Amino acid sequence: MAKVIGAVVVDKEGCKGCNLCVEACPHDVLNLNKEVNSRGYHYSYMENPENCIGCANCGVVCPDTCITIYRMKI
Amino acid sequence: MELKDLIKPENLVYDKSKVQRDVYMHYCPGCSHGVVHKILSELIEELDIQDKTIGIAPVGCAVFAYNYIDVDWQEAAHGRAPAVATGVARLNPEKFVFTYQGDGDLASIGSAEIMHACNRGENILVIFINNGIYGMTGGQMAPTTLEGMVTSTTPSGRNTDLNGYPMKITNLIAELPGTSYVTRQAVHTAAAVRKCKRSVKKAIQNVLDKKGTSFVEVVSTCNSGWKMTPDGANKWMAENMLPYYPLGDLKDSIKGEPISEN
Repeated sequence: MAKVIGAVVVDKEGCKGCNLCVEACPHDVLNLNKEVNSRGYHYSYMENPENCIGCANCGVVCPDTCITIYRMKI
Repeated sequence: MELKDLIKPENLVYDKSKVQRDVYMHYCPGCSHGVVHKILSELIEELDIQDKTIGIAPVGCAVFAYNYIDVDWQEAAHGRAPAVATGVARLNPEKFVFTYQGDGDLASIGSAEIMHACNRGENILVIFINNGIYGMTGGQMAPTTLEGMVTSTTPSGRNTDLNGYPMKITNLIAELPGTSYVTRQAVHTAAAVRKCKRSVKKAIQNVLDKKGTSFVEVVSTCNSGWKMTPDGANKWMAENMLPYYPLGDLKDSIKGEPISEN
């Protein structure tokens, strides 16, 4: 079976740290950063990038549309 | 594999819609409005109707919707979006007209306008955001507030003897012969968002086909007004709001046709 890998790119300044993408991720890829962006929010980032399958659940639930998703087969 | 090899245009699977403007939204973190704006933007792009879409903005948090979705907008007085939409749709029958209203706007002050617009079967899409409170003004009780739900004007919970019962306005609207497609959706999980998007797409298609008024209720959260975290508000909504406001299609026909029993 072909393995699928994905990558999540979060617009760090657009993120408001609502945690919905972290909850929606089925593979625990995302988490909130300890650091804050210029607006004071703990923005989301890929904590475990190797687990990402590019399912786009995080992007679909993101209320601020700050997530872009890439996926490819290897 | 390095991430930079993966992050290339040919591998892109999900990106912001071009119809959505590149500005930061004023909504609170985790607000359902953002997701519904995104669904609308994606569908307007997908159906290629950007230049023929006219939105009617409400009074409420979504009053600034015209800053976020790049289509023509008209602001309406509180609750009067369906009346304004009626005029816009009748004068521009080739355009796609939608209203975007909250529960304080639609179910309370605008209840007469929505009832009569739906009864006349105007060719408009109504997006109804039901979060159970008046979000913008500080979380006061709305007609849709659940029994026992604590708000800033019902600090010991909604008392049905004093304040009446939560109003299922979507069920009332489904009874009106002017409506074609009436549905209740939510956006609390990825699956629900995808399902909601399919419903809104069908509703837009019905309006384009001039089948009558399409009405999509989105059961939403207001985590600031509910005094919860965004993910906590989603869980609370699934446990408390959804049993009273069950999801699914309430009506799917053409205006003027008899209402089926299902």
